[in-house]
Amino acid sequence: MQDMYRENILDHGMHPRHRGILDPADIDYEANNPLCGDRLRLTLRVDENHRITEIGWDGDGCAISQASASMLGEEILGKTLEEIREIDKEEIFEMLGIPIGMNRVKCALLSLKVLKVGLYGLEEWRKLEHEHEHDEDE
Amino acid sequence: MTEQERLGYDISAIRAEFPILQQEHHDGVPLIYLDNAATSQKPLKVIEALDDYYRRYNANVHRGVHKLSEEATAAYEQARIKLRKFINADSKREIIYTRGTTESINLVANTWGRVNLKPGDVVVSTAMEHHSNIVPWQILQAEKGFTIQYVPVLDNGMLDFEAYAAFLAEGNVKLVTVMQVSNVLGTINPVQAMAKQAHDAGALFLIDGAQSVPHMAVDVQALDADFFAFSGHKMLGPTGIGVLYGKRDLLEAMPPWMGGGDMISTVKLSGSTWNDLPYKFEAGTPAIAEAIGLGYAVDYLSAMGMDKIQAHEQEITAYTLDRLAEVPGVTVYGPEAEKKGAVAAFTVQNVHAHDVAQILDGDGIAVRAGHHCAMPLHERFKVSATARASFYLYNTTQEVDALIEALYKVKKTFS
Repeated sequence: MQDMYRENILDHGMHPRHRGILDPADIDYEANNPLCGDRLRLTLRVDENHRITEIGWDGDGCAISQASASMLGEEILGKTLEEIREIDKEEIFEMLGIPIGMNRVKCALLSLKVLKVGLYGLEEWRKLEHEHEHDEDE
Repeated sequence: MTEQERLGYDISAIRAEFPILQQEHHDGVPLIYLDNAATSQKPLKVIEALDDYYRRYNANVHRGVHKLSEEATAAYEQARIKLRKFINADSKREIIYTRGTTESINLVANTWGRVNLKPGDVVVSTAMEHHSNIVPWQILQAEKGFTIQYVPVLDNGMLDFEAYAAFLAEGNVKLVTVMQVSNVLGTINPVQAMAKQAHDAGALFLIDGAQSVPHMAVDVQALDADFFAFSGHKMLGPTGIGVLYGKRDLLEAMPPWMGGGDMISTVKLSGSTWNDLPYKFEAGTPAIAEAIGLGYAVDYLSAMGMDKIQAHEQEITAYTLDRLAEVPGVTVYGPEAEKKGAVAAFTVQNVHAHDVAQILDGDGIAVRAGHHCAMPLHERFKVSATARASFYLYNTTQEVDALIEALYKVKKTFS
């Protein structure tokens, strides 16, 4: 269990990157994990090419949820919406690089949830989602 | 001579009766179970009672004339009598089996509440309640349009009794619904005095006894509770069984909640009539093995003596609070030891409660982390989550020492 608190988790958990809210922002979305009280607010700026140019977030929660937000922020900076669509939960687990037990899955995935639900605020994202709606059927 | 020996409290003999405490949590790490406010462990006698029922006399109750059904019915009803004695109810008809505290409170809301609460009426609850004593009233409120007032919690973890008196003085209070012991702060609320005040104001008084019945002697008649709810699994019994106690005249006047078998007297297609108490509120095949098992748990607790159990737990809790106070950066919530049940909720500065619990788990120590189904209370103290160590009759001061040692490890990991 101790290996959950590897160097990188503690580093990101205690020294989070991109912390601080952007104002104004193209996306400003907050969600929490009601079970444990983890909270995350994510703000993003997106350029005309649908690329993430700036990230700022704020929140509180366990080291896993905070490290996950910090790492995901680094991961998506400069990426296009099309590229972000490809990020799934497996990638988050890989990014964290630690065994995530059943009780901690929601902590680990809060950042991804906030990102993807938040991006629904962008017309371009909704268009992409619509285009890929039937991906799984094919 | 230790305090335990003086009390005639043989802790190693007690621990030997709980199979789960004999096992290792991880390889070479023994289990230190400090999550008793969530659920207690079960003694061998309770486990064997379930096994014996299913192996030897599994049958439905109140239905068969065959020997098995008679034996099952007798054991099931015997458990009800044990429970009546345990909380000193006047009649076994006042002991209604439910799935637990949550269902017991929902039963009152959906029967007594549905008939008696209307716009203009007030239900008084408190800001320290478990969600199970908040949400059923909110659901009913949306339908019936009454008001809910919450007695605030003071910084010292006690209820604001001035506010309570003021709510009652305003009139129109139909029901006061309060937990006897807080599952987070540990606060022991003076429910006897509060019930008296409620009755003087013309209101009924419901007590959530989930955290009291397992740990202290409870006498529902002395408390003058109109309704009293508790769960079996927090008092050495199985999950899925609990009790609603209600004063007989109130229960008689209440309509049934769930309809089905066992709760009826006659059923005609044009309408039905209800069975007598307590069966009017016990529709469907009940949790038979669980009720019988709970009866054995009551035997166990009664044989030990609730006062002795409470004295042991008070000693452990006081010791825990003293030792937690030694650890820099640890904040404990709730009143001092003598006003408190066997609970210590705390935070470690700059470390989230989940991370605390996770690292403790690595040392075999099971505590709970989160809001413990009391979000309004955590909001009140401006913390998103706390870690909670909660004790029972089998815990030892050595286990508390292990907890403290592990907390230093937590601090080191996050330093």
